[in-house]
Amino acid sequence: MNLLLDLALVAWLVVLALHVARTGDDRNAIVAFIAFGLLLGLAWTRLGAIDVALTEAAIGGGITGLLLLRAEAHLRRGRQADGAPRQGGGAKTIVAALASAVVALGLGLAVLAFPSPAPTLAQPALAAIDATGLGNPVTAVLLAYRALDTLLEKVVVLLALLGVWALTPDNLWGGAPELKEANPPQPLLYLARTLPPFGVLIAVYMVWVGADAPGGTFQAGSILAAMWLLVMLAGLSPAPETRSRLLRLLLVGGPALFFAIGFLGFAVAGGFLAYPKPLAKALIVGIEAALTVAIALALGLLVAGPSNKAPAR
Amino acid sequence: MSALADLFTLVMVAGGALLFLAGTLGLLRFPDTLSRLHALSKADNLGLGLIVLGLLPQVGSIAGGLKLVCVWLLAQLSAATASQLIAGALHRRKSGR
Repeated sequence: MNLLLDLALVAWLVVLALHVARTGDDRNAIVAFIAFGLLLGLAWTRLGAIDVALTEAAIGGGITGLLLLRAEAHLRRGRQADGAPRQGGGAKTIVAALASAVVALGLGLAVLAFPSPAPTLAQPALAAIDATGLGNPVTAVLLAYRALDTLLEKVVVLLALLGVWALTPDNLWGGAPELKEANPPQPLLYLARTLPPFGVLIAVYMVWVGADAPGGTFQAGSILAAMWLLVMLAGLSPAPETRSRLLRLLLVGGPALFFAIGFLGFAVAGGFLAYPKPLAKALIVGIEAALTVAIALALGLLVAGPSNKAPAR
Repeated sequence: MSALADLFTLVMVAGGALLFLAGTLGLLRFPDTLSRLHALSKADNLGLGLIVLGLLPQVGSIAGGLKLVCVWLLAQLSAATASQLIAGALHRRKSGR
């Protein structure tokens, strides 16, 4: 029975992936891509990787979809203004198809070349988990064993936001992005008033429980970002000015705290990003809390886009 | 007693799955957006409700049961809002904004 479910899941994923690649309509492709992210989350659940499943559903199915939809709407408006028809060159399609086929073939060969059983570090990761005071091996990998990767990943999110902000015209620099619809429909207002308390509660729970069970900063951050976007879209609270000192401090605060504790490791624990053992869990939870706020703000602002209002004087 | 609970779960979850099937069929076969929305929202909300109801006897703790009920309520809230938004967008498009 489970085999049947898995096979159906794989078949859906392949069909959806082909549909995303083949469909000519951008919006159609994006909607299918969102569904693909949700199904991929289910697939990760079936593989027992609940942490990855949560992240995939929140980022792949949620925030990325929203980001793409907004980008598509912008492009569509630009095209309508130009009046230029969409061009889809035959040669370009063939090159893209060939490149995709080569990548797929290479990946397939790499997967088939794995020794069986696949090499795993699961045992050592579980064996050393007591030193971190955590109960979730995934969090231990992310914030203790491979903390450097996580740190750089958060910096990358900030760089992405800088890239979006760099698109701001000079006279609008430091202003606020405009997300609110001209006339938000009543049901959206209702949802934006009702849902955020639950969302914030769930996000806080996810950060807290992430130490011992599936959950963590990225999942919680994207839920918080989603709630914030809902409030901004409904126009209940305007987007903040990007020059706001507090906003920028909070954005940098997560990675900065991570760096500071990392360098402190030299003094007290004998290495970059080494935690003193009795404090390990407290430090990790502290870093996670600051990172969650930074990620939520960064994801929300990524979707909101560059500012399109001049800053108030 | 546990056999009775299992039977209840089987009947309810099967009923829920049937409603999902009916909703999907409606989504695929109904002629226009509004009736497709009608099929989807009614069948899915009731279907999910039946599945949650059916799973309740299998839950180990009260907190677990409450979480399941919360999932149903939140799904209802989002489905209802999404339906309203789609229907509203359709209405605006038809009346020429």
